[in-house]
Amino acid sequence: MKKDQSASRRRFLNKGLRAGIITVLGGIGLGKLTTKLIAANKHSDGNSVELMTTDGRLIAVDSSEVMDMPDHLSATSYNVREGMPNRKFVMVVDLAKCKNALNCQQSCNKHHYITGDNAWLKIYDMQESRDTAQYWMPMMCQHCDKPACVTVCPVDATFKRRDGLVLIDNERCIGCRFCMAACPYSTRVFNWGDPGQEVTLNMDLTDHHYSPEHAGLPSQMGTVDKCDFCPHQVDKGELPHCVTACPNGVFYYGDKYEDTVTNGDETLRLSKLLEDKSGYRFLEGLGTEPSVYYLPPVDRLVDFEDGMEYYKPYESVEKPE
Amino acid sequence: MKTSSQLIQDLVPRKYSIRGKLWVITLVSISVAGIIAYIDQVIQGQKVTNMNDYALWGIYISNFVFFVATSFVGATTVAILRLTKNEWRTPLVRLASIIALASIIMAGITITIDMARPDRILNLFVHARLQSPITWDIIIIPSFIVASFLLLYFPLLPDLAILKNYYRKRSPRLSKFYSRLSWNWNGNERQRAIQGRSVRLIAIAILPLGLILQTIDAWLFSTTYRVGWDSTNFAPYFISGAMVAGLGGLICVIYIVRRYRHLEDYITLKHFDRMGKLLVLALLTYGYFNINEYVVPLFTAKKGEVEHLNMLFKGDYSGLFWFVTIAGLLIPIIVLAFKKGRKPLPMFIIALLVVVGSWWKRYVIVTPTLLHPFIPIQGVPEEWHHYSPSLHEWLITFATLAMALLIITILVRYLPVIPIQRTAEEAGVEIQSVNENQES
Repeated sequence: MKKDQSASRRRFLNKGLRAGIITVLGGIGLGKLTTKLIAANKHSDGNSVELMTTDGRLIAVDSSEVMDMPDHLSATSYNVREGMPNRKFVMVVDLAKCKNALNCQQSCNKHHYITGDNAWLKIYDMQESRDTAQYWMPMMCQHCDKPACVTVCPVDATFKRRDGLVLIDNERCIGCRFCMAACPYSTRVFNWGDPGQEVTLNMDLTDHHYSPEHAGLPSQMGTVDKCDFCPHQVDKGELPHCVTACPNGVFYYGDKYEDTVTNGDETLRLSKLLEDKSGYRFLEGLGTEPSVYYLPPVDRLVDFEDGMEYYKPYESVEKPE
Repeated sequence: MKTSSQLIQDLVPRKYSIRGKLWVITLVSISVAGIIAYIDQVIQGQKVTNMNDYALWGIYISNFVFFVATSFVGATTVAILRLTKNEWRTPLVRLASIIALASIIMAGITITIDMARPDRILNLFVHARLQSPITWDIIIIPSFIVASFLLLYFPLLPDLAILKNYYRKRSPRLSKFYSRLSWNWNGNERQRAIQGRSVRLIAIAILPLGLILQTIDAWLFSTTYRVGWDSTNFAPYFISGAMVAGLGGLICVIYIVRRYRHLEDYITLKHFDRMGKLLVLALLTYGYFNINEYVVPLFTAKKGEVEHLNMLFKGDYSGLFWFVTIAGLLIPIIVLAFKKGRKPLPMFIIALLVVVGSWWKRYVIVTPTLLHPFIPIQGVPEEWHHYSPSLHEWLITFATLAMALLIITILVRYLPVIPIQRTAEEAGVEIQSVNENQES
């Protein structure tokens, strides 16, 4: 009885193993075949192409084996998820100069086609305690080096790049809003309904190719949006919309590796600027390591009160009439 | 002492009475209303809810946490009472398993309702990232659904065979249905050995699984920086809260089923007394963690913590906070501490209070924290400073609660709510009808 059982078990295992091996081999074969079929979009014409491998050797490959990789044909020559090589974008916000003129916000809203009720760049009326001064504080995504939002995203929809940017892939986001719960800076904005950009802003998106590098073009219902630090502007060799729109030169944008930042008018050494003006980062104690530095609101040229003229506690996106 | 046929007669499932039918119709109508509201939410987006960029989670999430908590009842009664060799659990475990299964299924559905892009649900598997607490949830919830199902199903096999024989003449169709489900159970030595081992295994596994589930649920909140969630106390706090919610639910269901099915001989005053004591233990433990959560932070009085606690103690949420604390925690402890309080009717009322309190407690945990971000709420519509659920949210939430009750009702209709075989064995009664139908 015992012997019988173990023999039948052996038989069973044997059969199972064989079936398994056949399945695996079949799978591999099928995979190879499909690759071949895809690659064989051109018949072998005997021409060979010389290619350089990553370690610098030249190899000859039949041209029929060479395929175009669609991702690499776009205007950007780098992987969108990895970022621009050898860059590290930073921003410096000089609180001493901010008068709450709101041009930055309007420009950001316009160029990111924001139709919701919550702007991605907001100017806060801040006061640390009753005895200290009130000041205006522009707040956008801090592009943290240790981003809490990226840690909690279950699908890698929001991601951190080597050039410092934290971006969102709108076509992958599942709308769980965990990133919004995780962000201590409240800079993430959700598309609760259809953003309706085509209607409200007369946008034509028919031939548009979406990229996380230009957030808001288009926005999608049920996904998260936020400040993208304008890599689409950098690609064009221009500064972010908020930097160029500011009449008071509050925003400096630049590259930490080059140790320079500019607000369009003046270009400064980042390290010296932060040292001279005691730059700091917001909520540093949380350990999020933001890419945005603030310069304290000292020696201000205008009164805080002057900014009150434009202050709207319940509105950050102007609605078209 | 009851004879075998009396026992079976008492415990076999019954058809719905008129009241039962009305109950089912009500639940189905509520569910249908909720489904319609949900379809509208999918079409229009979550702008039909009153959630906003600050109150970014609402009753969908607190309802989800409630369901997860209630599903812990299977682990509490089956595993803990089993490990401590408490024989009085026999008439309670079937209903506990039913509640656990219904709750965890509805928890899975509820969390999907909160997803704004349910069409992208596959991304959770295709692009899964192991470091996100949501991915941990994706792993544990289906596992717990399977475990809860097996916890209900394995011990059912002998009873299903009894039902097969019982219905052989009365209703061949039902007999066939039970026959399929019972997998040719005939109660021989070998089957009993396998079944015994499986039941033991799943009863032991359900405890760590349940603890992991509650812990992950707590970590969904405590892995963020938010004041009120960023607490190392959260996981045990949620586990003890889950014991409270689950036992409260169990007592409610047991009271109703006992009355409706006249099971006074099987679920006795002794059972209520014991369950009452168990609930007091759970409530006291929960009270202890509540003190850790709400009183200790007052000592260091960090700015954010104080602001948050003020909102709970005397601000916008004080009404709810004191309701869940007094009616859901203090009063039940006091009433259940007395022997008179552990009689069926007072216990039913207290258990209802505990369940309602548990539901609102989750709301108090989720919402106020979100309205207290690190930087002030500015530049958004005035109504974003507050949150109260919209009609859609209420309809959908009520529907999920109705569906959970519907699952329980249907299972109670078709399964023996008290294990027949085990009850007979403990009473020393031989079930004769296992191999052939003695009646008729």
